[in-house]
Amino acid sequence: MSVAANFMIGGEAGQGVQSAGIILSRTLARGGYHVFADQDYESRVRGGHNFFRIRVADSEVGAVSEPIDILLALNQESLELHKNELSGAGVVIFDEARVKATGGERFLPVPMDRLAEEKAGSRIMANTVALGDCLGLTGCDLELLEGVLRDYFGEGKLSEANIEAARAGYEYARENFKKISPVRLGTLRRKKGLLLNGSDALSLGALAAGCRFMAGYPMTPASPILEYLASKAEAMGLVVVQPEDEIAAINMAIGAAYAGARAMTATSGSGFCLMVEGLGLAGLTETPLVVVDAQRPGPAVGLPTRTEQGDLQFVLSAHHGDVPRVVLAPATVEDAFWLTVKAFNLADRYQLPVIILTDHYLATCYATVGGFSLSQVTIDRGELFSGKPEEYKRHALTESGISPRAFPGLSPALVVTDSDEHDEAGHLTESARIRAEQVAKRLRKMVSLRGEISPPELYGPKQAELTLVGWGSTYGALREAVDVLAKEIKLNLLHFRELWPFPAEAVSEMLSGTGRLCVVENNATGQLARLIRAETGRGIPWKILKYDGRPFTPAYIIEELRKGES
Amino acid sequence: MVTMDDYTGLEPAWCPGCGNFGILRALNKALVELKLKPHQVLMVSGIGQAGKLPHYSRGNVFNSLHGRALPVAVGAKMANPELTVIAIGGDGDGYAEGGNHFVHSLRRNHDITYLVHDNQVYGLTKGQASPTSDEGFVTKTTPQGASPAINPVVLAIVAGASFVARAFAGDIDYLSELIQKGIRHRGFSLIDILQPCVTFNHKNTFKWYRERVYRLDEEKGYRPGDKKQALEKAWEWGERIPIGLIYEQKRPAFEDRLPTLGKGSLVKQRLKPVRVRALLKEFE
Repeated sequence: MSVAANFMIGGEAGQGVQSAGIILSRTLARGGYHVFADQDYESRVRGGHNFFRIRVADSEVGAVSEPIDILLALNQESLELHKNELSGAGVVIFDEARVKATGGERFLPVPMDRLAEEKAGSRIMANTVALGDCLGLTGCDLELLEGVLRDYFGEGKLSEANIEAARAGYEYARENFKKISPVRLGTLRRKKGLLLNGSDALSLGALAAGCRFMAGYPMTPASPILEYLASKAEAMGLVVVQPEDEIAAINMAIGAAYAGARAMTATSGSGFCLMVEGLGLAGLTETPLVVVDAQRPGPAVGLPTRTEQGDLQFVLSAHHGDVPRVVLAPATVEDAFWLTVKAFNLADRYQLPVIILTDHYLATCYATVGGFSLSQVTIDRGELFSGKPEEYKRHALTESGISPRAFPGLSPALVVTDSDEHDEAGHLTESARIRAEQVAKRLRKMVSLRGEISPPELYGPKQAELTLVGWGSTYGALREAVDVLAKEIKLNLLHFRELWPFPAEAVSEMLSGTGRLCVVENNATGQLARLIRAETGRGIPWKILKYDGRPFTPAYIIEELRKGES
Repeated sequence: MVTMDDYTGLEPAWCPGCGNFGILRALNKALVELKLKPHQVLMVSGIGQAGKLPHYSRGNVFNSLHGRALPVAVGAKMANPELTVIAIGGDGDGYAEGGNHFVHSLRRNHDITYLVHDNQVYGLTKGQASPTSDEGFVTKTTPQGASPAINPVVLAIVAGASFVARAFAGDIDYLSELIQKGIRHRGFSLIDILQPCVTFNHKNTFKWYRERVYRLDEEKGYRPGDKKQALEKAWEWGERIPIGLIYEQKRPAFEDRLPTLGKGSLVKQRLKPVRVRALLKEFE
């Protein structure tokens, strides 16, 4: 990439770090840049230290990067914590009224509070002054920011005042920092895409897939899905409910799905713990269901606003008995859309729970995406019953294991199902023969389901001395590590997005010709490595594991690989 | 023409003489009298002897987990409000395992009917104390005697229920009438049904109840709309036990607050991915 820059906005909770980050990211995206941004925040409403990192480039980016070119320090702590992460030409923007700093040209004081008050009428808009300043420093088109502010605040006094604030900041930079230019960001002529985070993409995927019912109990980092879908419920024709707990959430979704609506729920680890009972119910009653587990570090409450890939082994085996299921793990923001569409189709066609594993990192990181081709979205509700209603049997024995569905009330066919073991008609039974038949029937679905699962992606050369192995949200960082190290060593990346049913045959084959393997996971024990060993017999002793609640960066992976090599 | 034959299901596996038989008959009678066809009805039950009832009647059936009948029932109701949804369970199922769902489902006022077979004891697991067992009731799991019981009728009124009735499994006609009223009521209707357990509860027998219950609608001056009066009746227990509609209040059902459902049942709405196009613009 010929143009690239890293921004960081740091401050305490309540100072508008996130809003400023999103506005700046969107401005840069409208300038034609590829943007990737992540956020680091504490589990509190006020105070503490939060930051929002933005990486911008003229080619695709899938992870944040260091060092920082422009640090916008909204408080003293942000300056102290990050001033050593500046690049050679890196600068710090701050307001002397709030932050004390000395040390030369790279410290650029901007009277944000004063300019906001004088030009826009209120200090509340100090951050907008700072954003204008960032644009002035980089030569980025101010009109882009004005457009974003208009969209963000809506037409009216508030957006006009913010635009005045942005102008004030922009002009201040042009006048006072003429000789300083950490990076130039002119507008690019590129087809502009969308800027969204993993939660947005997943929610849009659910809507495109025809989700008609969502029940969810608020829990970080899954709540934004619930909130977004609730905000679109009326326009998009779905029902969104916040019930008393996660147990109710999953059972409501099961009830709605049984009645014929595409249904989902979303939660995080300990909420998923409460849903496990319901997961078994969906399995036994063969009710289609999409469950999002947006992982965060556990067990118990763990680190509520941090990230981890610690639930893989849990969701693979959650529930007693043998429950057929699907587990998908989007690797990018774009994947979160498409795998959610796939989740709804698999749930309906195979009549089982489909779990989407995201994590705090993927849920909250923003990325530019070319767009979503909605004509590519297919909705497949699976086999529907078309025989004589009086002969309908909800759990009819079939070769494929899939019993055609009927929906209660839509025809005289009676739809009977039971959480007890049941016969073909859905009535409870203790017959040894029927029990064995129904278990085998449910598991038979897994045979054709295996054919639906995509094998892991092999990124890089087919043959390599070193193969990195990862899954889910670490994709961007791993891919960049491979790109950087490609000059030194022949290496590639085997990355999983679809984890269950495990594509054992394809993986065995892909691993047979590899050299050294190194698994990279955001958890403490190497849960994917364990799965690969269980399913293929191939162990991966070399593991780079990170379980401090923070995401991987390409630089971290490269450093750990070098340590392991030496 | 709907007849009792339409509602004849599998042979019940309950103990001979069980109070559940009366409840089954009363429910079937109510559905016939409301001229509902079995496919228009969805029965969602929990686990316990009561949870088996839907198999012995006929209709759409979702026999769910212990304590979870209500969330499954309201989920189905929201997806297809045209279904007549009846949730069924026992006192352990509804007031212990499902206690949280009980309070919040009636608070939200989902438009369903909830029949609780209240026999003050666990039947399926063989004789343990339930949340409505009398204080001091000695069982294998409560050798020191059960803790004070909850009063589900009082709890329901206080938690904001819009229809609360108490019935007796031995008075089938009156129970059936109350079930019809409950189904016709717009909002959550709770019918707590006093149900003798012939195997594990030797105190609260048919005879014991017959000597005590009296019909509230024969009580002069009783108005189910008066919350204060209703609470007084809800507490009455011992020498005389009131049965009938104890409390009723008109307020919007949860489903009335969902603008989406104004356009009809979710399951009949067409799914069109392209409708998302308008939303994508917000992310440009």
